Amino acid sequence: MEAKNESLLEIHDLSVSFRMYDHALEQHDLQVISDLHLTVRPGEVVAIAGSSGSGKSLLASAILGILPGNATVHGHLHYKGSQLTPERQAQLRGTEIALVPQSIAYLDPLMKVGKQADGHRKPRPTEKRRKLFARFGLPEKTEQLYPFQLSGGMARRVLVSTALITDAQLIIADEPTPGMSLDQAMEALKLFRTLADEGRGVILITHDIDLAFAFADRVAVFYAGTTVEIAPAADFRTGPEALRHPYSQALWRALPQNGFEPVPGFQPYAGNLPKGCLYAPRCPYKTPECEQAVPPVRTIRGGEVRCYHGA
Amino acid sequence: MKQTAMRLGRIFIRKGLRIVSLLLAVSIIAFALVCASPVDPVQQYILKLGTTVSPERRAALEEYWGVNDPPVERYVNWITNLLKGDWGESALYRRPVADIIGERFANSLALMACAWVLSGLLGFFLGCVMGLYRDRWPDKILQKICYLLSSVPTFWLGLVLLLIFAVTLGWFPVGFSSPIGVLEADVTIWQRLHHLALPAITLSLMSFSSIALHTRQKLTDVMNSEYVLFARARGEGRWTILRRHGLRNILLPALTLQFASFAELFGGSVLAENVFSYPGLGSAVAAAGLNSDVPLLLGITLFSALFVCVGNMIADLLYGIVDPQIREVSQ
Repeated sequence: MEAKNESLLEIHDLSVSFRMYDHALEQHDLQVISDLHLTVRPGEVVAIAGSSGSGKSLLASAILGILPGNATVHGHLHYKGSQLTPERQAQLRGTEIALVPQSIAYLDPLMKVGKQADGHRKPRPTEKRRKLFARFGLPEKTEQLYPFQLSGGMARRVLVSTALITDAQLIIADEPTPGMSLDQAMEALKLFRTLADEGRGVILITHDIDLAFAFADRVAVFYAGTTVEIAPAADFRTGPEALRHPYSQALWRALPQNGFEPVPGFQPYAGNLPKGCLYAPRCPYKTPECEQAVPPVRTIRGGEVRCYHGA
Repeated sequence: MKQTAMRLGRIFIRKGLRIVSLLLAVSIIAFALVCASPVDPVQQYILKLGTTVSPERRAALEEYWGVNDPPVERYVNWITNLLKGDWGESALYRRPVADIIGERFANSLALMACAWVLSGLLGFFLGCVMGLYRDRWPDKILQKICYLLSSVPTFWLGLVLLLIFAVTLGWFPVGFSSPIGVLEADVTIWQRLHHLALPAITLSLMSFSSIALHTRQKLTDVMNSEYVLFARARGEGRWTILRRHGLRNILLPALTLQFASFAELFGGSVLAENVFSYPGLGSAVAAAGLNSDVPLLLGITLFSALFVCVGNMIADLLYGIVDPQIREVSQ
């Protein structure tokens, strides 16, 4: 599992930009993801942590190829060793790569849950879906319900079963836990853990980072559209001394149980990014070189970090 | 099943009461307006007779019709007779108002039903095209046509169509609901449809744009929704999405809007029927107004109010029956 060539998904130097129009019909490209890297291996849960606007959900859309029409994607995006072209993405989404959306709003409000979970492919996998529903403890009549009739926990299980009805090898779960009680969130994350243990790769995009630390194998920290650090989840459980990037450390300290310490300043907006390291304006350790050029990715103690000083 | 029937029954009773009270209000206002207007029904009646009338005869007529009674008494008289089925006699046609409305309404109904179906189908289809190709050329062109048609007056559009298709090209007759010089019993259905075509097209061209623009907006909302994003993430293509999620989510609002459009339909038919000399309720109301035919005018006012109310009621009920979110919650 450690071998690099066995990776399921491999991303580096990924950038995503949106073509925008100014008031005077001048167009410019707004770069929202830059120099991003991420690797997912089979059997692994990779959590993506980062504040709103750090590009987490956009990454999911970029992998699936469902970004809006004015978006441009550059960089290295490989699935099972070969490039993810738009054609390949169209083939893979819903078959090999599945998205687990975050809420009930992602289900058609006027379609019964059973038909919806079956999906559009023929022949309908009704038998398989019934088994899945049974496995998740959903009552038999669930398939006859409309999405608005589901409880939060039922909705979660229905959404997960939409991914499992396919033979997806890579599952991207976008914010699966908000609005859940701790018990429900634990249950959901355990489910993703099980899926990974069965050999799939799972990307867990989440705000509940302390929960992610507990269930993930590795944690990728996103900041302003780039990966600043990818570290084993164990390092996050240990504490800031085990972490490599100043932002990861700050994120750890900002958790309520770790001091609730805010970081001064704001995440820079896309279109107004600093020239060098994206975290430099807020970094307590910055040196002149940080403001000159984007630092390269370095591997330190089994983790990757994009910082000149991280150790 | 029994529960549903009972619930529907309750809704019917509630809506029925609302319609009755609304009709009562309409009748009072319409009656008050006619009272306040300078129209003198006796004078109109005498004018139509074409002969001079002695003051004694005139006084007898006034006495017979109760023109000098207090307005409240006259109103009560009219409304009680109305409830008994006596809608009064048209001064213009010298026939019972109820008969005229029944006969004219049959003609109008054919016209309005054709226009309604045509505008609904056309509007829905074009709305789907616009929504699917939003901000691309098919959408831009269709949108401009919609704005243009909804700002053009009906009678003008009717005249233009008349000029092109009836006068210049000669494809359609210039007016009326059946050929001139043919006995009523000998008129074929094709002749009727042939006469109906141009007014129906005019009327539907006037009303399809609202449903088209509404459908466009709804479909755009659906296409930008999270559930369509998820459908794309699951590998559904554009047409699959339209079939599986689009139609399902826009059909109901479109249908409701279409039933709620009875008012505009009726308003439009007044103008269209006049342009095409089509003998429907719309041309009757214009004739009644211009000739101060008070009983006919009041009768048609009440009848058209009822017509519009029924349309709105169907729209309301449809939502309750078809939309699972409303249906299941109210159970």
